[in-house]
Amino acid sequence: MDFINSIVLLTNFIFVPALTYGSQLALGAIGVTLIYGVLRFANFAYGDLMAFSTMLVILFTWYLQSKGISLGILPTAILAIPIGIIGTIFINLFFDKTVFEYYRNKKSSPVTFIVVSLGIMFVLNAIVRIIIGPNDINFMDGERFIIKANEFKKITGLDEGLAIKSTQFITLIITIITCSVLFYFLNKTKTGKSMRAYSNNEDLALLSGIDPSKIIFLTWVIVSILATIAGTLYGLDKSFKPFTYFNNLLPIFAATIVGGIGNPLGAFYGGFVIAFSEIGLTYAYKKFFVYILPEYLEPNSLVQYISTDYKFAISFAILVVVLLYKPNGIFKGKIL
Amino acid sequence: MYFSAKNLTGGYGGINIIEDCSFEVNQGEIVSILGPNGAGKSTAMKAMLGILNLKCGEVLLNGENISDFKTQERIKSGISFVPQTQNIFTELTVQENLEMGAFLIQEGINERIEKMFDLFPIIKEKRNQFAGELSGGQRQQVAIARALMTNPKVLMLDEPTAGVSPVIMDEIFQHILNIKKQNIAILMVEQNARQALEISDRGYILVTGKNAYEGNGDYLLNDEEIRKSFLGG
Repeated sequence: MDFINSIVLLTNFIFVPALTYGSQLALGAIGVTLIYGVLRFANFAYGDLMAFSTMLVILFTWYLQSKGISLGILPTAILAIPIGIIGTIFINLFFDKTVFEYYRNKKSSPVTFIVVSLGIMFVLNAIVRIIIGPNDINFMDGERFIIKANEFKKITGLDEGLAIKSTQFITLIITIITCSVLFYFLNKTKTGKSMRAYSNNEDLALLSGIDPSKIIFLTWVIVSILATIAGTLYGLDKSFKPFTYFNNLLPIFAATIVGGIGNPLGAFYGGFVIAFSEIGLTYAYKKFFVYILPEYLEPNSLVQYISTDYKFAISFAILVVVLLYKPNGIFKGKIL
Repeated sequence: MYFSAKNLTGGYGGINIIEDCSFEVNQGEIVSILGPNGAGKSTAMKAMLGILNLKCGEVLLNGENISDFKTQERIKSGISFVPQTQNIFTELTVQENLEMGAFLIQEGINERIEKMFDLFPIIKEKRNQFAGELSGGQRQQVAIARALMTNPKVLMLDEPTAGVSPVIMDEIFQHILNIKKQNIAILMVEQNARQALEISDRGYILVTGKNAYEGNGDYLLNDEEIRKSFLGG
């Protein structure tokens, strides 16, 4: 019984949260990696882009709520996602036409692009703070839990409870659908293959008649979809605060680089590597050892490797180690 | 002549790399552009493809002046090009490479792919492998097959045998001869001058960006002076 309790404990506090957080990072990291693969620069504005798109979703969610429209047990924000996506596509194309295109035509170096994207980051950051403010916003409605800890205990008769929040379940389902559609698109459709071809060998893609402007347009559309979904899911699961989205840039970049920058499948796995490391290393294992060890071996301390305050240090450490020893990412294989 | 370039002059910056170069090739003909390193062979090819901006000169395809066409328009009008390096999509499978070659074609892609596999049987076995995992000779075959996917009337090859072994070189030249039978005009730049001339109907020898000699393969191969200077004795 103690063994089962210990498994439930880890599932409740590590596995389920890390799977959720990992999905959100994975969606974000795929977006960053696609921009890198096609447009060839690391977009530092990505965190704030996610904040911007989530802001649009929140605004529309409020509008829907004011009209009395809801999705019942599901959060209303899901209905607002398409509007968020359209708005995000618009702003991405706007910045591409007014800013990035200029530097692309000039054939500027990647470093120039990074600095330019930093500028866009500040602009987006300011827009979000002006419109919706810097405070914490909770826009989750609908049913909060699929299984509550108490109910789980009652049903199974275990000491340890397992709670699954509906946002966690929604995150997983939406991530599975989004990624399946995306990878089907990239690997099976002509347009998706031409995107991979363009990313792999730009000159030969031109010689094959692939139109770069279409590929770039498409990339911004896909990136907008991914950023809006990732941002909304993260906001539903935790809460929306612009600064947190900016902070998430680090784990998202770490996930991208762990997976090999430019490699969407790698970015997908990279998201989970970062999430499981972050949550696995900051969890206090005392209770777990209390369950599985005999009484005289029970630990006195919390058995927590690193305080949760340092969770970003874990992303950072992984980033540095990967860049030092495996700069092409830990997954062998194709780029885009 | 089916495809001709007349009085091409141009280069990078202010310096002319090619000056007053002219080339012609007919359907079902193999024409080689030869010459020492830095003679402007590849530049001439880029000029014909519209990658390089010309100061003067014109390019004609089947009587139509295509000098103002952009590279992609030239490809649409039936010219295909195999670059010397980076001529395949290394991270796409062999089959996907061919599909990308046929990007501009709407119908009959599968028949065309099967035709390529008949022409290059060795790459059929590797159709689901990433092209980057193939050997040098096989990559070259994928590169040529990709270029043939658009059903071109003019095929331009930039050093198709660069960096492959002599055995593979013979094999690639044999493939080029087979392509010629499909009534395609073939224009190639080559370093292996002697072997290239053996399969060519005609050849041009470029020296410092200018047409120095031209003539049919036998003539160029047997001329004493040309042999000494360009074909290594």
